Amino acid sequence: METLAQDLTPEAQFQARIDADIRIEPKDWMPEAYRKTLIRQISQHAHSELVGMLPEGNWITRAPSLKRKSILLAKVQDEAGHGLYLYSAAETLGTSRDQMLADLHSGKAKYSSIFNYPTLSWADMGCVGWLVDGAAILNQVPLCRTSYGPYARAMVRVCKEESFHQRQGFEVMQTLCEGSVAQKEMAQESLNRWWWPTLMMFGPADDASPNTEQSMKWRIKRFTNDELRQKFVDMMVPQADFLGLTVPDEKVKWNEARQAYDFGEVNWEEFWAVVKGNGMCNHERLQARVQAHEEGAWVREAASAHAAKHAAREAVAA
Amino acid sequence: MNNSEWPLWEVFIRSKQGLDHKHVGSLHAADAAMAVQNARDVYTRRLEGVSIWVVESKHIHASNPDEAAEFFDPAADKVYRHPTFYDVPDSIKHM
Repeated sequence: METLAQDLTPEAQFQARIDADIRIEPKDWMPEAYRKTLIRQISQHAHSELVGMLPEGNWITRAPSLKRKSILLAKVQDEAGHGLYLYSAAETLGTSRDQMLADLHSGKAKYSSIFNYPTLSWADMGCVGWLVDGAAILNQVPLCRTSYGPYARAMVRVCKEESFHQRQGFEVMQTLCEGSVAQKEMAQESLNRWWWPTLMMFGPADDASPNTEQSMKWRIKRFTNDELRQKFVDMMVPQADFLGLTVPDEKVKWNEARQAYDFGEVNWEEFWAVVKGNGMCNHERLQARVQAHEEGAWVREAASAHAAKHAAREAVAA
Repeated sequence: MNNSEWPLWEVFIRSKQGLDHKHVGSLHAADAAMAVQNARDVYTRRLEGVSIWVVESKHIHASNPDEAAEFFDPAADKVYRHPTFYDVPDSIKHM
């Protein structure tokens, strides 16, 4: 094996390590395309965490009780943390925090299209936790074994924290479903709006996802978009049944032969429209991000000035 | 974009008394005091630590992964450094 490895090209050696499930670490040789794919994927993921705080931030001041408010605050704080773990992981590949944020703010970099939908009712906080975080967990758990070490380690941390997010969302839904008729209707109305956009979170169908094959080969991705979408439907339909809610898809039906649920086709036109910037909240989300960044500039500058002043004083004292 | 990105710090956390500090990740901060505070907020939201070290990333010197094979090779053929190398008769206890 040792002598053989030396005769291989760097690309073949790299692929051999991937195939042997040996993690790639920051200073290791890697193909440029692997590096670029990872920077794109990890930074998109980080941006999603950052932008993902906005739809929930909307409800912090309107949460129905102090308990729900504390929970929501903790969840939003986790999301900021998740963004930070991921930005750090991306930085080990040679990009900078400033560059990634600039790409987000200019619209060059993408984030999950789910956050371009509005959160109109309190039940939406339930659906975001239960469905959206549920979908995120399905995407993220396999990433704990992704081939790039810093990304995998960040994902282990994220996944540990994410399951609280999903459970609190389910509890919000359950409380509403066990409440008054109006509360249950609110839960159903929210599920009606979030179901399809959540299915879109897994990305385009496999035959329209050109990057999947290479990403699977590099073990950046472990499952295809359609595989994960199917898992999600199989997981969620019984949970909706438990809540007494109806999934807004007439084609949802248990398929005994496949041992899985059949379900209808996602509206891909809507998916691409939102990805391309024409969703309900794309403009608002980006504007809120840019505004927060610009209005925080003086704080960053003040902290730098404070640090420089103290460094200078210490230098004189020494 | 301005060019004043805060320096990068590596964060090490002792999860409980008696254990060593372990690398957990990195973050940006203007100075050491801020790095410790940010590390608390980013890496110990669920009681993951009782002590935090931060080191500016530029101060870390690492071995070169391209030379890892040669660098660690001298340890590879010294099996006699391991207790399992030695045959101990079954009748000998406490060894």
